Amino acid sequence: MKDFVPDRYAVTMRLYPYARSPDQDAGVPARHKVVVIGGGPVGLATALDLGRRGVPVVLLDDHEGTGQGSKAICFAKRTLEICDRLGAAEPMLAKGVQWNVGKVFHDDRLLYEFNLLPESGHAFPAFINLQQPWFEKFLHDAIVAAQAEGAPIELRGKNRVDAVTPRAEHSLLEVMTPEGPYQIEAEWLVVCDGARSPVRGILGLNFDGRVFEDNFLIADVKMKAEFPTERWFWFEPHFKSGDSALLHKQPDDIWRIDFQLGWNIDRAKEMEPASIRARVDAMLGPNVEYELDWCSIYTFQCRRMDRFRHGQVIFAGDSAHQVSPFGARGANSGIQDVDNLGWKLALVIGGQAPDALLDSYDIERVHGADENILNSTRATDFITPKTPVSKLFRNAVLSLAEHLPFARTIVNSGRLSMPCTYDGSPLNGPDQAEMPARTRPGSPCPDAPVADGWLLRQLGSGFTLLTINADAPPGLVLHGQSVPRLALDPTPEVAERYLGKAPSAVYLIRPDAHVAARWPAFDAAVVDAAMARALGKV
Amino acid sequence: MLTLTPNMTRPDETYARLIAAHDGLTEAESHAMNARLILILINHIGDPQVLAEALRLARDPALAAV
Repeated sequence: MKDFVPDRYAVTMRLYPYARSPDQDAGVPARHKVVVIGGGPVGLATALDLGRRGVPVVLLDDHEGTGQGSKAICFAKRTLEICDRLGAAEPMLAKGVQWNVGKVFHDDRLLYEFNLLPESGHAFPAFINLQQPWFEKFLHDAIVAAQAEGAPIELRGKNRVDAVTPRAEHSLLEVMTPEGPYQIEAEWLVVCDGARSPVRGILGLNFDGRVFEDNFLIADVKMKAEFPTERWFWFEPHFKSGDSALLHKQPDDIWRIDFQLGWNIDRAKEMEPASIRARVDAMLGPNVEYELDWCSIYTFQCRRMDRFRHGQVIFAGDSAHQVSPFGARGANSGIQDVDNLGWKLALVIGGQAPDALLDSYDIERVHGADENILNSTRATDFITPKTPVSKLFRNAVLSLAEHLPFARTIVNSGRLSMPCTYDGSPLNGPDQAEMPARTRPGSPCPDAPVADGWLLRQLGSGFTLLTINADAPPGLVLHGQSVPRLALDPTPEVAERYLGKAPSAVYLIRPDAHVAARWPAFDAAVVDAAMARALGKV
Repeated sequence: MLTLTPNMTRPDETYARLIAAHDGLTEAESHAMNARLILILINHIGDPQVLAEALRLARDPALAAV
C-alpha cells in the first residue's frame, strides 16, 4: 500500500506510532479546542503544558518520533526549571552532561578560560548538554505520565497538515495520513513546525531577517577520549579545519564538533566521510579513535515573524523566530515561548481572562526573540567577520585578549542563553526601587533554597503571592483565580534575590514564574489591581 | 562629554610618538596596531556616550575631506 506520509528522515525513537483516529471516519470534521502542529521540543512541551492544565489538545506530527542527530544540545537552567514544572526535568538532569568551564583559543594559543560559575542556591545547573532526541523523549515520557493521570493530550503520528483555512471561529485543517486525508477543525492552532514552517508558508506569512553567508559543518563523533568536559572554541584554529571550531561533550561518549567552512563550498564533497574525517583528524590529532555518528552542514539566519499571534493561530519556537546556534538560544527560547503561552491560552479558553491576554504573548515573546536575535547576530558577526576591517578589529581583540582582561569581555563565541525579562510588558504592575533589579516586574523568579526544598518548586501552576517579612491572607481569590500565599523566611539567598534593601516584600508571581508586581507590604486593593493587569484586563 | 578643546600638553611630541610607533611596520601590521590602539583607548574611555560622539564625529563627511 502506498504510504501517503513517507518519512523525510529516519525515525530513531518511535514514540507515537500512527493509529487510526475516529476523526478519520467522522461524517463532519471533528472540532478540537487546541491543535498543536509539530512534535519537536516546542510542540511536545506545549501539548504537555496545556494538557496538564486540563485543556484538551491534539498534537499532529508528520513523523512518529525523534529524528536523527543531536541537533539542539545545550539546555539552559531556565529550560530545566520550566521542564521541572512540567514533570520532565529529572531524567534530563540525570542523563545530561553538566559543564562550567569554557576555553577560547586563537590559532594554537589559549586566550583565556571562563567558568560559568553558577550562583549557588539553585536546584538546576547553568547548562546541561543533552541531545535533542533525548530531550524530546523525556518530554514524551512526561506526556505519557500526564495522560495516565487524565491529562487530555492526544498525539497523532504520521499526521501531516497539508492545508490550513482560517475561519472566523476556528481553522479548518486538511490532514494527510498513511491511509489518506481527513479534516479537523481547531479552535486554537499552535504552530510549532520549525524554522521552515510549512504552515507559515501555507498561510503566506512573512519571515524576514538576515541570512549569514557561511556554512557550518556539524560532526558528532563517538569516542572514548580523555578531553575534559569543557566547551572549547577556536578562532582560526592551527589545525586548519575551518575558520572557527567548537568541541563540546554530549552524553553517551558523543562529542559535538563544529567547523566553520566559509560560503563558497562544495556541499556534497564536504559531506563525504573522507572530507569530514580529514578535518576531525587534524583537530583531534593522530591516534584518536572515533566513529562519525551524525553529520550535517547548515547555514543560518536571524529572523522572525512580524507577529507571533494571528487571531487564533499562534506560532511558537523556530517557526516564529530563528537565530544562529551561537548562544544556545533556539530551543531554549522556544521553551520560554511555551512557558509564556500555556497559562494564557488556558485562561482565555477557560473564559477566565480576556482574549487580549494573548496579545501579551506576542509582545513579550517578540521582545524575547529580538533580544536573542540581537545577541546571536553580534556573536555571528564576531565569529564570521563580514568585511576586511571587521576582521581586522576582531583579530585585534583576539590578540589583546590573551594578555588584557578587558579584551576578553569583547571576545564573543556566543553569549549563552539567559531567560528574558519582560521589561515594559503591559502585564507588569508596580515596582519597588529598593528591591533587587533582577526580580523587577517582568523578571523570571530566581530559584533559592527554602525550608521545604527549592523556591521554584513551591510555586504551583497558577498565580502565587510570595511574602517575606510581610503579612497577607493565606489564600486569596482574585478575579476568579485562587492565589495561594507562599511565606518565605529571609534566608541569605532569599534576602539577596528578593529583598535587597527593603525590610519586607510582597510579590505577585505569574503562573510562568515571572514577577507581575511587588510591594513593601500587602494592600488588597493594589494587589487586586495588579492581578487585573496581569490577566490582561486593563 | 567628548573633549574637543585642545587637551594635549605637548601636541608635537604626542603626534611624533604616534608616527614613530609605526616605524618598521608593514601596512598590514600598522593597521593591526591601529586597531589594537583604538580598542585600548575605547576601554580607557569607557563611557559609551563619549564613544558615540567620537564615532559620529570621525564619520562626519565634513571632516573626511582630504
